[in-house]
Amino acid sequence: MSNQEAGAPIDAMARPRRLARIFSRDHTVIAKQFFAMSIFFLFAGGLLALFVRWQLGFPGSAVPVPFNFLMTRAMAPGGVIAPDAFNGMFTLHATFMVYFAVLPMLVGALPNFLLPLQIGSPRMAFPTLGMLSFWLSLLGGLLMIATYFVDGGPASTGWTAYAPLAAVSHYTGSSIGQNLWILSLAILGVGLIHGAVNHVVTIINHRAPGLTMFRLPLTVWSFLVTGLLVLLALPVITAAVSMLLMDRTLGTSFFVPAGLSVSGSPLAGYNGGGQPLLWQHLFWFFGHPVVYIMILPGMGVVSDILAVFARKPLFGYRAMIYSTFAIAGLGWLVWGHHMFQSGMNPLLGTTFMASTMAIAIPSGVKVFGWLATLWRGQIRFGLPMLFALAFLLTFTVGGLSGIFMASTPVDAFIHDTYFIVGHIHYVLFGGSLFAIFAAIAYWFPKVTGRMLGERLGRLHFWMTFVAFNCTFFPMHILGIGGHMRRIYDPTVYAFLRDLQPVNTFITISAITLGFAQLLLVANIFLSLKNGRRAEPNPWRAATLEWTLPSPPGDGAFAVVPEVHRWPYDYSLPNAVEDYLPQTSLHVNGTGTGADS
Amino acid sequence: MRARLSNLRSRLRSIGRRAAPPAFALLLLLAAGSEAGAGPAADSLSPGHRWWLPAASTAVAGRIDSLFILILWITSAFLVLVVLLLVAFVIRYRHREGRRAAHVTGNVLLEIVWIAVPAACLIAIACASNGAWSAMKEEFPRESESLVIVVKPRQFQWDVIYAGADGRFETADDITAINRVDVPAGRNVIIRLMAQDVIHSFFVPQFRMKQDAVPGMTTQMWFNVPAPGTFEIACAELCGLGHYRMQGRLIVHAPAEYDAWYAARLREKAAESASAR
Repeated sequence: MSNQEAGAPIDAMARPRRLARIFSRDHTVIAKQFFAMSIFFLFAGGLLALFVRWQLGFPGSAVPVPFNFLMTRAMAPGGVIAPDAFNGMFTLHATFMVYFAVLPMLVGALPNFLLPLQIGSPRMAFPTLGMLSFWLSLLGGLLMIATYFVDGGPASTGWTAYAPLAAVSHYTGSSIGQNLWILSLAILGVGLIHGAVNHVVTIINHRAPGLTMFRLPLTVWSFLVTGLLVLLALPVITAAVSMLLMDRTLGTSFFVPAGLSVSGSPLAGYNGGGQPLLWQHLFWFFGHPVVYIMILPGMGVVSDILAVFARKPLFGYRAMIYSTFAIAGLGWLVWGHHMFQSGMNPLLGTTFMASTMAIAIPSGVKVFGWLATLWRGQIRFGLPMLFALAFLLTFTVGGLSGIFMASTPVDAFIHDTYFIVGHIHYVLFGGSLFAIFAAIAYWFPKVTGRMLGERLGRLHFWMTFVAFNCTFFPMHILGIGGHMRRIYDPTVYAFLRDLQPVNTFITISAITLGFAQLLLVANIFLSLKNGRRAEPNPWRAATLEWTLPSPPGDGAFAVVPEVHRWPYDYSLPNAVEDYLPQTSLHVNGTGTGADS
Repeated sequence: MRARLSNLRSRLRSIGRRAAPPAFALLLLLAAGSEAGAGPAADSLSPGHRWWLPAASTAVAGRIDSLFILILWITSAFLVLVVLLLVAFVIRYRHREGRRAAHVTGNVLLEIVWIAVPAACLIAIACASNGAWSAMKEEFPRESESLVIVVKPRQFQWDVIYAGADGRFETADDITAINRVDVPAGRNVIIRLMAQDVIHSFFVPQFRMKQDAVPGMTTQMWFNVPAPGTFEIACAELCGLGHYRMQGRLIVHAPAEYDAWYAARLREKAAESASAR
């Protein structure tokens, strides 16, 4: 670097500026940093999932050669994954995916890029908080990666880290690993809270003149609600994991009762007085809202993409907004449905069943609203639309399969089986991740100035859609057969033996699904280099970001736009074009608000 | 509005003809599924049904299965509806040159319908569920009329304790076993769970029941198995590296056979303590 610049005049500012480019306060740079981090963890988490699937599909056979480089001898003696390494892998898989892939994408990358642009603001409210939000999240991520390599192995207690298994290191053998896992989550929590403050304040305070709350696109509404959920939920987990860490290191016994034993002899160093169920209440009080943090932004994005590609206003705009709030509000009242079989008072089970059933109603409002948006539209099947339609389908499956668990007696059977694993992946992969893919295809031209390749994109879509369903639908069948989740070797049980071909099929599908994601990365890189140049508004969409050049460049909205209408004026009968930008004052003619 | 609706109806009919074969295939699949659910009764240590619910072996399990099937039908109906509408709309309203979409922003009546109909279905499911839930978890049989067994799971085994001749637990004449629970057919059995280290979960798939065993507190489950058989007990809550092999056997004897088994254990225990003395 210094050699290259030897001939150049010495610029006293060069160094700080270079640093400033890395530690940037620019929202687009922060968004790209979050994006890169999220994609990295998607692949790392995916690889871990494939290891887990390998063991389940082909129990006791060695991991194939090019992929076993990630296994130490302790993890996989003779190339076969050991039981404790297996537990570590599914723990890290879920931790990576939930905390470091999906969350940074949906509450990091997307709102950071879109927020000032979709509300017509030249800047975010707190750029420094935005920057800190990324660097804290990255620090958390690096710590989490480190857990894989430390002595004793990574945390192996699942992403739920139930006490006392996670509270006493004798029970797993993972000491430093579990401690770092806790620290990492605490740091990530602080980071995401920084971001959420920034997003909420930006939406409330920095909207362009004329952009009233009820002229905001659903994407922005979902960022607002998600931001509020992050502000309320993340402190809970940060506090809970701090208590867990104190239990592990100081012997505080928040979650550890008296009289425990370790392989037959009394457990020393703990005075008791703690309650294992307290951890579950705290964890799920955070853990269920976090599910909605991961799905609401996807719902917002899909709502907007469906409207743009159907050339129709979003059906029931206000109902969509109110249902977002209803889901977010009810999301605080349903945590107990994870604990029906936990020993919690069964009367509470009835209460939580009722609140859980209730949450299906606003979800239904959304699904039917999306369908009605398609009704009498003029649907174009661009790449974003394919993923949005797939989202609609897979989210419906995931939502409906949730009703089985809401029913307390049925849950007694399917709880902690693969039915749950199938359900969560329909919501998280088929929901959140499909929405993320749709968002990537939709805003790629705005971010990069080039279109995402359509042919490779379609190949990626179809392979993903088919392999996704082949991977996760059969998991419901495993669950109906009683297949427990988080077991290392299903062939131990006679009642699961007939199901083993299903396991093998799932593993092959999962490997296909994993490799299909390489197409996305290839497409992104190829399109960055050779993609068709994007016009400012390639999708002919009405929201504000499309009035800017692609990419927006520095000084976006240096002249603050004036907003005259809601974001869904598609196919107005008396308009010339089949859409009216939010800045357009008159129905007839394409003049913008700035012209008039 | 009415003209529009009838227009929609005729359009849907034409789409219906095109969409019929896949829809029929889906229904066949569902029918095949529900048919597989009704089969022969409990058999031992071999799953009665490939790729479906294991044979239900208690009355409560049967209730849970009928609830499961009820929810399956209701959710399948909604899924089929959504899929049919999605496919129909995507075919019918795909972009054609020179046409413009309808500028429809919403419809209060439709919103009310798709709030009310799912709500009614959900209330029905909740009401149907609650009876079975009470029977499983709230209305325990009287202890005096039941066989009470204490199970104390630990990493990675089930310690099983029967009251001895004195009928009380935590006394010298307790009968103990590891990874094996023997019970009589046709009698209420209460399993009292006390975990010794971490959380475990007592799961018998054919009973459709699982109950977490939480250290520091006592949890209970009950069942009544009408016919003899042998079942696997699995741990359903992640409890460490041996979680997957934390396996037990639940053996249901004919009542007379059970009495003989229990008497033999009592004699063994007496002989044991006599020789210790």
